[in-house]
Amino acid sequence: MSYSFHSDNRLPQTRLAVVSYIIVGMIGLLLLGFWKLQVIDSDKYGQLAEQNRVRSIPIIAPRGRMLDRDGRVLVDNRPSFSVLLLRDDPKLVQQYLPAISDGLGISVDDLREQLQNTRNLPKFQPIVIKPEASSADLDFIESHRSDIPVLEMLSVSRRRYMPGGFLGHATGYVGEASEQQIEASNGKLRPGDVVGKSGLERQYNDILMGTDGMRRVVVNSVGKEMKDMRLTEQEAIPGKQITLTIDYDLQQVAEQSLGARPGAVVALDPRTGEVLALVSRPTPDPNDFAVRIPKEEWRQLNEDPLHPLFNRAIQAQLAPGSVFKIVTATAMLEDHSIPESFTTFCPGYGTFYGRQFKCWVYSSKKGPTSHGSTDLHDAILKSCDVFFYTIAMKLGIDRLAFYGDKFGIGHKTGIDLPSEETGLMPSEQWVERVFHRKWYAGETISVGIGQGAITTTPLQLARLIGGIASGGDFKQPHMIKDAQNVADEKYPLSEHTVERITEAMYGVVNEPGGTGTQLKLAGIELSGKSGTAQVIGYATRERMGKQKKFEDNAWFVGYAPRRNPEICVAVLVQESGKHGGEESGPVARDIIKAYYDKKNKKINGTVTAGEPVPTPASRAAVVAPVVAIKPPKPAVVAPLPDADKQDPQ
Amino acid sequence: MKDAPGTRDYDWWLIAILAAICALGVVEIYSATHASNLAGMHIKQVKWLLFGFSIMFILSRIDYHLILDQALILYVVCLAALAAVLVLGGSRFGAKRWIHFLGQDFQVSELAKLIIIIALARFFAEVRSDQLDLRDLLKAGMLVGVPLALILKQPDLGTALVLVPMLAVGAFLAGLKWQHAAVFTLAGIMLVGAVFYPPVSKHILKPYQRERITSFLHPEDDAKGSGYQLLQSKIAVGSGGFWGKGFGNGSQNQLGYIPVRYSDFIMSAWAEEQGFKGVLLALGLYMALLLRLVQNAQRAKDRAGMFLVMGVAAALGFHVLVNVAMVIGAMPVTGIPLPLMSYGGSATLFVFMAIGLVMNVRLRRFVN
Repeated sequence: MSYSFHSDNRLPQTRLAVVSYIIVGMIGLLLLGFWKLQVIDSDKYGQLAEQNRVRSIPIIAPRGRMLDRDGRVLVDNRPSFSVLLLRDDPKLVQQYLPAISDGLGISVDDLREQLQNTRNLPKFQPIVIKPEASSADLDFIESHRSDIPVLEMLSVSRRRYMPGGFLGHATGYVGEASEQQIEASNGKLRPGDVVGKSGLERQYNDILMGTDGMRRVVVNSVGKEMKDMRLTEQEAIPGKQITLTIDYDLQQVAEQSLGARPGAVVALDPRTGEVLALVSRPTPDPNDFAVRIPKEEWRQLNEDPLHPLFNRAIQAQLAPGSVFKIVTATAMLEDHSIPESFTTFCPGYGTFYGRQFKCWVYSSKKGPTSHGSTDLHDAILKSCDVFFYTIAMKLGIDRLAFYGDKFGIGHKTGIDLPSEETGLMPSEQWVERVFHRKWYAGETISVGIGQGAITTTPLQLARLIGGIASGGDFKQPHMIKDAQNVADEKYPLSEHTVERITEAMYGVVNEPGGTGTQLKLAGIELSGKSGTAQVIGYATRERMGKQKKFEDNAWFVGYAPRRNPEICVAVLVQESGKHGGEESGPVARDIIKAYYDKKNKKINGTVTAGEPVPTPASRAAVVAPVVAIKPPKPAVVAPLPDADKQDPQ
Repeated sequence: MKDAPGTRDYDWWLIAILAAICALGVVEIYSATHASNLAGMHIKQVKWLLFGFSIMFILSRIDYHLILDQALILYVVCLAALAAVLVLGGSRFGAKRWIHFLGQDFQVSELAKLIIIIALARFFAEVRSDQLDLRDLLKAGMLVGVPLALILKQPDLGTALVLVPMLAVGAFLAGLKWQHAAVFTLAGIMLVGAVFYPPVSKHILKPYQRERITSFLHPEDDAKGSGYQLLQSKIAVGSGGFWGKGFGNGSQNQLGYIPVRYSDFIMSAWAEEQGFKGVLLALGLYMALLLRLVQNAQRAKDRAGMFLVMGVAAALGFHVLVNVAMVIGAMPVTGIPLPLMSYGGSATLFVFMAIGLVMNVRLRRFVN
């Protein structure tokens, strides 16, 4: 063994020194790397770490309540929970889909579809997969917090309306903001925000809607909330409540009295323009929309031939029928071109411009009869068509259109509800503008009795009759109590005209032969005018045969007292085929009677604010004790917007 | 001739540095795990460390020449064990690395690293010329290549890679010619290039390895997917700033955003909570450790001892480099732990046994 490594002591000192330099260089490079991250880019990574650990969960601000004029709650909120799916990690989401489907009873396909629909939203934004969580759902989420880290509960407050669609068309309903609404809101609305979609909910959305707060929670790497680490919280600012002009007691009478018949009721206080009751039938229950309306149900509502989403009180544009005779009569008296004592003989029909126009009595159920010799008073009382055909012919369309226009036909009343319609007052200008032809004189005849092209909404008629009985003072109808700047349109009528017209309308109810004598109320000066408006002409009806949808619309506009009324009620019952006085009159009578009953009780001190209101419906309300919900702050009475600036769409 | 060396001959500075690094490790393991279901892990680590220190002392008492004499047998046993792992080993996370022995799971490749250090030291010590000729270089390559292939097969890329610097440092000190160095450096660069070049890498890397490469290159692309670990580690390090968030206050660490924060990514947790100043301390200690090893090599009694010590230095230095570079996102995830700080039995034992060899060499520097 000449050589043994045991005794070889040649050491490459230079190369060893090189190695130590390499070591120093290596450590130096690593330190440079740390310097870059920890000193130069420290802020950037600090923010990233913060984003990692902090998750913002919205606190939904409750919407403001709606109260009736006596402070009774008509619309409020109930606490509820939504199930959120956290989508930050698509792999995790896919992995847990079957478990979520099982636990929450949503099909995997449905979940996939929801994910697909929201794929363009930022990943950090959770999506609501079940808007209304049952207590079983909440238990499921709570007990699977650690093994299904992609579910979260969101405490929300849901709208609670009166059951059965009570006041439904006035209150409207809420829903998730549409893309257009979000774009139009200048960043105020976010996807998933609940906004008013119709009615007062939409009109006063800015007041009713609060500002959502934000709860910031620390979450660990699997998304579990660290309950012991508290962060600052931005509290939700609840929406403000609004007090309506609606009188719950009258509204209830209106709802019951109209019943299930398609139509509308509007009760106004002509002295102020306050809307005391507003009904439109059919009425969907807005509680059904308070969560999320299934597509199928929504389609049905939209395709329903009865158009339940249509607020007839302000949107139904129909021939006013004989109610319009009040306008014709007022025009005759104000115009002075026809002597007041003017009389016509009604044989049941009249011939104008070579065409025969029937009076309604001629086709009444009792068989062909006639009104005989009638003056203005009798003509209003009995609603004689022939008299008003003649007056219309004598006045001409120009005068009729002038007064109809002055009394608001063809204009929005300006009520603070969205989507009000204007109705139509036909005129020579109108046919020229729309049809590019001359007015046919024969058309004037029908317009004189509220038929033909003329259309009005129930609200317009209530305002019109109330205004004429108030001497030509037309207050802007409105839904908010203590509204400022209520528009007041005046077309002063002579005392004589008002006296004659109101005497006649009083006679309609209170004198023998009136079309509304069955409505007579002891001690109340109930006055009014009935209207039985044809949907199609007599001739067409005979041709088409008897069909429900071509039946007459029954109108009655009643008010009390005779002069300067306190309440004016327009009632429409659609396609009833019955006479306005008998079909619609009782509704107006019931409401006016209820108004006086309540007024008398108040005077006698029996009662101060009507009956207590039952709490709004609690439909499948789930109140889970998992997350405490902050009680809303005492709501502040909403500052009222200028009524004349309201611009109902 | 073989007088028992006295205790004062131990490298007490080295032991102090070791103890300091271990202390940092235990502190950070505690911070990273005390609030989780892994609480108590630091105690286990302390036990491993104590066990490691005893092994180190035992190993330092056996003359390294005796160990080197048995190099061939050790090497054959090592190859057999690596082969056995492939056949019998327990599988975890899709890789066969563990073998059950004496009630513990051992990672055989850790022991293999040690034996290859010994085998290489013996081989290079026997090279007589001052310059390493190509034949000897290729032999050394074979010596490392066979176990490297076996370890790669497990697959354990990290451990396999550690063998490369052992060979490189050994060859360098054995008088590697510059031409050879240039050729092998070029080959190395090409290999690295191939790994990062997808059309080639799909033939030589496993899918999970390729994914690590892509996520290293583009960690922000899919922050919750494969780039997650690197990005979270960088966030942790960066958000620590100069002063750190303080012990137990690192959100990335405490909330579990840092992957295996008590083991491979412990430097990340440390950097978040202790900041750049803490990093300075830790890396300073590692530098001191490595330089101290080189110093021990310089003072070794003979060539064999020098190679032994430098083999250890190469292995530890590579561990530190690759692990820390990974933590700051400068290298892909390879699964190489940080020596003495990362939690782990086998890895800790390897380090102590390796330092035991170093001690062994030092203790005998004056003995002749």
